[in-house]
Amino acid sequence: MKIKEQHIGFNVEAIRKDFPILKRKINGKPLIYFDNAATSQTPQQVIDVIVDYYSNYNANIHRGVHSLSQEATDAYELARHKIQKHFNAAYSHEIIFTAGTTHGINLVANGFASLIKENDEVIVSALEHHSNIVPWQMLCERTGAKLHVIPMNQEGDLELSKYEALLNSKTKLVFVNHVSNALGTINPIKSIIEKAHDVGAAVLVDGAQSCPHIKPDVKDLDVDFYVCSAHKICGPTGVGMLYGKEKWLKTLPPYQGGGEMISEVTFEKTTYADLPHKFEAGTPNVCGGIAFGAALDYMNAIGFDAIASYENELLNYATDKLLEIEGLKIYGTSKQKTSVISFNVGNIHPYDIGTLLDKMGIAVRTGHHCAQPIMDYYQIPGTIRASFMFYNTKDEIDVFISSLKKAIVMLS
Amino acid sequence: MTIEEVQNEIIDEFSMFEDWEERYQYMIDLGKTLPLIDEKYKTDDHIIKGCQSKVWVHAEMDKDKVKFTADSDAIITKGIIAILIRVFSNQSPQDIIEANADFIDKIGLKEHLSPTRANGLVSMIKQLKMYAIAYQTQLN
Repeated sequence: MKIKEQHIGFNVEAIRKDFPILKRKINGKPLIYFDNAATSQTPQQVIDVIVDYYSNYNANIHRGVHSLSQEATDAYELARHKIQKHFNAAYSHEIIFTAGTTHGINLVANGFASLIKENDEVIVSALEHHSNIVPWQMLCERTGAKLHVIPMNQEGDLELSKYEALLNSKTKLVFVNHVSNALGTINPIKSIIEKAHDVGAAVLVDGAQSCPHIKPDVKDLDVDFYVCSAHKICGPTGVGMLYGKEKWLKTLPPYQGGGEMISEVTFEKTTYADLPHKFEAGTPNVCGGIAFGAALDYMNAIGFDAIASYENELLNYATDKLLEIEGLKIYGTSKQKTSVISFNVGNIHPYDIGTLLDKMGIAVRTGHHCAQPIMDYYQIPGTIRASFMFYNTKDEIDVFISSLKKAIVMLS
Repeated sequence: MTIEEVQNEIIDEFSMFEDWEERYQYMIDLGKTLPLIDEKYKTDDHIIKGCQSKVWVHAEMDKDKVKFTADSDAIITKGIIAILIRVFSNQSPQDIIEANADFIDKIGLKEHLSPTRANGLVSMIKQLKMYAIAYQTQLN
């Protein structure tokens, strides 16, 4: 089938036509979708690839001798190469397909359970999503290792001097997100990684919130593990990737047993398959993997530099407009931010504002954003979070601001 | 008044509103007038779980009727609770157990009825009915 053509260059009006969902009306009003940090929308170019897969070459991969299986396998492995190229990994077998960021983190945490000993130390940052806190707490409970936290400051930046003070020869692992989901802070991961390596610790970076806005270079970062989800980058839900340095992926034991991940099986002993299959037990999300590759093609055709610069314009525009509203406080004022704004207005509960904005067709996120430690730090129940992608516009921000003002009047 | 009579009265009131703004403004105003729960009941065992905003409910028997008081930290949620309390408070446990909540749909607040909604009206109604069941068991 014919897949919709890619864009060359940045033209927001043309880009918006790629997203069928942006034509929707919510409660009679045109949809304004500002919940992109939760999940991004899907362009026709990716939807076409999904329809094409199920219409023309749906098959199980790697095992079949028939043509369909071969076509599906080729497309799936091509997607792995696209991901490898996008993240600049040394080998395609360093890219493991996962069900998403959380799955990737759990895979690594489980693998380290056999390598970590009692009294070893692991470090997480205060800016983490629950999915990058809980698996490590579970790891520490199982192994008797100690969990330390890099504190944050009022601006939403990590306190790096305190991080350096936490590092020592017992530190085995450091976990930090590239970008905070609740505040949008871009963390200085290159320097965090360098300092961890100085004491011999490995670093996992949660890239769920960075990948829609930044093109990470895992070789340049020298990161040990990097995880992300396709659905934040214009791809489908239920698929993501784990990048791991070859030496680590060879060291870690398999996460799940099953088909696909074995070399030979007898009842006495099973030998495991080579990378990447050792970590890919069972039939994978074939269509999801292929569509993930198509989503990266789509974003790269537009270009990440153009995306970042446009989104930064949206961020500054919205920040200025929001700060004109009396009693409005923005949480997360780091100089290095992606297009995420977390805020509250006076004592109004975020839920009330979110509910009224929805009546006016505007989708934002309210609540603790799965980052309760950050909310505890600011001593608030939650925030309203507006997050923008390259298909949003200043006109939409204007409607959002006037709708927000209306909601505030209603609630006062 | 019976539960059904109160519900019909509320349906009549809401039928005067022309759009969502008037409906929500009315609920917000109702929320502001809600008789507050006694501070001593604002504890974790009075919280209804599964709500994005905090909701506390307290029930007590007054002769043969159940009396509810409640509070929330979100004003729209408080408005919804105010409506529920007007319907369900001062009724017999048996009547509360047997009552249905179809009137919510008729007053244009159907979106709050979804069991997956973060501030589920469904879980609030369930909690009020749980109290009624507990008191009914005591009466038997």
